[in-house]
Amino acid sequence: MKCQHCDRPATFHITELTGGKPQEFHLCEEHARQYLTASANEPTPTAGVAAVLAHQMAVGQTAEELAQLDQQACPVCGISFYEFRSQGRLGCPHDYVCFHTQLEPLIVNIHGESEHVGKRPRRPADGSERRTQLIRLRREMKEAIDEEHYERASELRDEIQRIESEEI
Amino acid sequence: MQLDDLTNNTGEWLRGGGPESDIVISSRIRLARNLADFPFISRATTQDRARIEKILHERVVAIAAHTDLLYVNVSQLEKVDRQFLVERHLISREHAEGQGARAVAIDSLEKFSLMINEEDHLRIQAMQSGLDLNGVWDQINRIDDVIEEKVAYAFHDRLGYLTACPTNVGTGMRVSVMLHLPALVITRQIDKVFRSLQKISLAVRGLYGEGSQAMGDFYQISNQITLGRTESELIRQVSDIVPVIIDYERQAREFLIKESQESLHDRVSRAYGILRTAQTITSEETMHLLSSVRMGVNLGLIHDLDIEAINELFIRTQPAHLQKITGGELDTTDRNIERARFLRRYLNKEDGTNGGSAEHN
Repeated sequence: MKCQHCDRPATFHITELTGGKPQEFHLCEEHARQYLTASANEPTPTAGVAAVLAHQMAVGQTAEELAQLDQQACPVCGISFYEFRSQGRLGCPHDYVCFHTQLEPLIVNIHGESEHVGKRPRRPADGSERRTQLIRLRREMKEAIDEEHYERASELRDEIQRIESEEI
Repeated sequence: MQLDDLTNNTGEWLRGGGPESDIVISSRIRLARNLADFPFISRATTQDRARIEKILHERVVAIAAHTDLLYVNVSQLEKVDRQFLVERHLISREHAEGQGARAVAIDSLEKFSLMINEEDHLRIQAMQSGLDLNGVWDQINRIDDVIEEKVAYAFHDRLGYLTACPTNVGTGMRVSVMLHLPALVITRQIDKVFRSLQKISLAVRGLYGEGSQAMGDFYQISNQITLGRTESELIRQVSDIVPVIIDYERQAREFLIKESQESLHDRVSRAYGILRTAQTITSEETMHLLSSVRMGVNLGLIHDLDIEAINELFIRTQPAHLQKITGGELDTTDRNIERARFLRRYLNKEDGTNGGSAEHN
């Protein structure tokens, strides 16, 4: 038998059991090595996140629930769950709070744990979340200016300056 | 310091010293950090990116108080210079090819670098030659502390440091050790090693190659999990397994010497011969042959070269480095000719081109 990829004789006969149906490969030594090193590599993080999520969501939800979930958006940065799901990247720190229900099982799936036990910044963590609100305030201020709601914009500006000047 | 000053050095991680340096090339740790009051990069506007860059630039200068630091606006670099930094592992390929305001700060000894506006707002990395993860951790932890004094990192009480991708949340830490494993490749045991590492949730990937192919038999082992373990636990997980792999590699080398000393010696000598005489040579072939020569030096089969010199050749024969050395843009054909010329001069010790270390032999 010839190798599937070249004219050399196939000396390796591999049955791949991962991922759906078993697949058979008949390869020469060189191509077998290529195949094995390729499959030994980790998938890209994005693909990994998307795959885990897709699986997790297919198990738990109906199509309708899924469509609803996809439309949920973060009040701070505006990213929708669908956008996160397709890019594998979150939009801002607050996503970890507002998409908590969906992210929690994903995080456990990736890390096998759900609680950080390592290094902590010296400042308290609630200050971090308060500063994250600046992302929302800046966005709202920009929208207020665009819509010519100048009074609202100036209130927002004061609020932003107050938080920005807080000791960090 | 200028970017071009780096061209003639090898940098700390290729110095070829440190514990177990016959097999362990380098130890490296990176931390992913984000500012609490800006969106992650994928949602950041042009202005956000510019402000993040400005804030972090100011903080990075604070580290520079004790060290000579080169600050580079990656967005303003020529393609060859960006590629040059990728080849030296000072920035990632994504960072080189990204868009908008982004920068890197590089320690003049190349013991650490800080990428601004990569996948996360800040990626700090520190590296050492040989196996010394604890030393690397001490350094990176200090840098992280200095930056944190004046900026609020995105941090969640229960989830730890928040990152753009949930795969990095918690410590935001990736610990990695780069190993040279030619004997495990020759004896076809490398896949077995890979599979056993994956079972304990460590990632292995080939280095330098396009996609999955490992060029020059370099492999990088790193942690996959970043949450639910302390930084020291993550370091220990990697540093416990590395001696085991070193041991496998040494056994495979001994096996090769015992079973087929002639054919091993022949392989090594031929590789050395080609590198010294070829008239045109690709980057791939160079890596492949240098790998054999490197093992040959470690096993005492080649006497007139040292490890530092070979490590240097691994990096200086890569496309962007070669173009920086010869001082002009070259197409692939011309690069292959220049590479062969560079190798011949260096290895045959013609004129003054060999970069120092080989002269001591």
